[in-house]
Amino acid sequence: MSNDRSTAIRTRGPELTVAALLLAIALLVITDSLRVGIGWADDGPRAGYFPFYIGLLLAASSGWILLGQLRRWASSHEEFATHKQIGLVVAVLVPMVLYVGLIFVLGIYLASALLIGFFMFKHGKYKAKVALPVAIGVPLFFYAAFERWFLVPLPKGPIEQWLGL
Amino acid sequence: MEELSNLAHGFGVALTLPNIGFMFIGITLGVLIGVLPGLGGANGIAILLPLTFSMNPTSAIIMLSCIYWGALFGGAITSILFNIPGEPWSVATTFDGYPMAQQGKAAQALTAAFTSSFVGALFAVLLITFLAPVLARFTLKFGPAEFFAVQMLTFASFVGMSKEPPAKTLAAMMLGFSLAAVGMDSVTGTLRMTYGQPELLKGFDFLIAVIGLFGICEILLTMEEGLAFKGKSARISSRAVWDTWGEIFKYWKTFLRSTAIGCWMGITPGGATPASFMSYGMARRVSRHPERFGKGEIQGVIAPETAAHAAGTSALLPMLTLGIPGSPTAAVLLGGLLIWGLQPGPMLFVEQKDFVWGLIASMYLGNIVGLIVVLTTVPWWAAILRIPFSVIAPVIIVICAIGAYTVHSAMFDVVLMLVFGVLGYLFKKLKYPLAPLVLALVLGDMAEASFRQAMLLSQGSLSIFWSNGLVGSIVGLAMLMLLWPLWGLLRRSALRRDGGAFGEAD
Repeated sequence: MSNDRSTAIRTRGPELTVAALLLAIALLVITDSLRVGIGWADDGPRAGYFPFYIGLLLAASSGWILLGQLRRWASSHEEFATHKQIGLVVAVLVPMVLYVGLIFVLGIYLASALLIGFFMFKHGKYKAKVALPVAIGVPLFFYAAFERWFLVPLPKGPIEQWLGL
Repeated sequence: MEELSNLAHGFGVALTLPNIGFMFIGITLGVLIGVLPGLGGANGIAILLPLTFSMNPTSAIIMLSCIYWGALFGGAITSILFNIPGEPWSVATTFDGYPMAQQGKAAQALTAAFTSSFVGALFAVLLITFLAPVLARFTLKFGPAEFFAVQMLTFASFVGMSKEPPAKTLAAMMLGFSLAAVGMDSVTGTLRMTYGQPELLKGFDFLIAVIGLFGICEILLTMEEGLAFKGKSARISSRAVWDTWGEIFKYWKTFLRSTAIGCWMGITPGGATPASFMSYGMARRVSRHPERFGKGEIQGVIAPETAAHAAGTSALLPMLTLGIPGSPTAAVLLGGLLIWGLQPGPMLFVEQKDFVWGLIASMYLGNIVGLIVVLTTVPWWAAILRIPFSVIAPVIIVICAIGAYTVHSAMFDVVLMLVFGVLGYLFKKLKYPLAPLVLALVLGDMAEASFRQAMLLSQGSLSIFWSNGLVGSIVGLAMLMLLWPLWGLLRRSALRRDGGAFGEAD
């Protein structure tokens, strides 16, 4: 535990959020099991027979975690991560989300080149003459490996179309 | 000895030129995966699995299992030279391995680690060779009730034995089962829990979950630590190898003890990571010089490496004979078998002799190949680790995205991979275990099918689970495992009667 609590996020918030999320999933599972039937049909157990109990167990375990956390709310000072650490995680997570978004628009090769280039400029402080060859070379290698060697097509965008690949 | 002739036949299957080539490729890829942060045995194999769909199943599993051995070997390199465990099971290796490297004994530490890995794996493969056919013959008599009981025992022992809070283990496991149930019910054809979303029709693929939970999550965790690689360089001369071999076999008792711990933890789903810690702790406890541990004691390298490799290898025994994997990586291999149209379980030993014995023979060969490869190529791997994280991280993200996409050629899976990555990060930070989640996701359909078949046989009466001595004792054991944490809870609350009855998250 750190003495300076203002620089850290406590565990209790994320703990509660995850437990609530699991409880919500459990409720979704239980409702839909009830919809498809948890009983017995002519040919055996209905589709909701097994998932219903799974949902109940998930609800029970996540509910237990949730209640336990609420009971110890005021007294729990355990640290989740420092603000600096969260900042570092967000610094990877945001480019990652953007990258996946860009795959939809630009295809995987161009998006990958942008991701690698961004990381090397931003976090590695590389000069363009080092970063560019890596950023372009790695997607090219994957292109050769997947499209040519394994014959597995990957998502492509307008640039590839324009090049007629 | 029927096993020996079967094994000889297996060597005939495995010892073809292409298969030996696949072994070398597998081991090399595996060491690479083991060395790089963010790629491990489980998600490495998950990413490569789609590329093997068109291969002959025997060659494919030889290559994939060799990736697994390679990853087990590779974890030791980063632990010893860089004080960074490439894999969770090599954390215990850093305790004495890194101090040895600091004292200039990196070559000895690496040789000891690789040799111990090899010895641990060899004993585990011997165990598989002679025990698996016996177990398979025995389980041929199993009905659906027995199968469900064994699956229940697997999951119950997670709750009973894991060091994470039992409520969280249960929650992670049930999340896995819930996700496995999404999509079309294979028996009645009813759509479950899709809530009208067409993407959910095919359900959640465990390969996507593994890539997100282990790959993306690991990148986030590594980034959080903001680590910089600063390592020792190493070259292994053949003299150092001979000298170390001369020295370490004095510790044959450590080898035997660690192998026993590893095999036990691998067959029961304890896994390689707890096995390595247990074995390290045991070696220190029985040592005449416990104060030397943590300062570069060679036994502190031998014990965890032997146990981790023995556990990692013997995790394949329940996978092959019962269809129940002992570790997440074994679970991914099991998923591969299902995709190639092979049903794991006792019938595999009757119907797919070539496959099973080819695989077992390849375990012997793969580990020999592995030992040779790692002993000769250590400097290269150390060089790879000098590539900064700002280059490695985006490349691994790209590899994960490609891996997730190729499973079904669906972009939805790539998005899902990110979601699983964030979930994995939260789970790791909040001490929810990931292994039961993955295992439940893989086994969910099989567990449900055997439960429903058992219920059909008994017309819905649960009494089928204690209808004979065999199924009754397995269920009894499972119950014992399940209630084990409750017993600890009762004892603790009896000790301090003053309150805090919700004693789960400690």
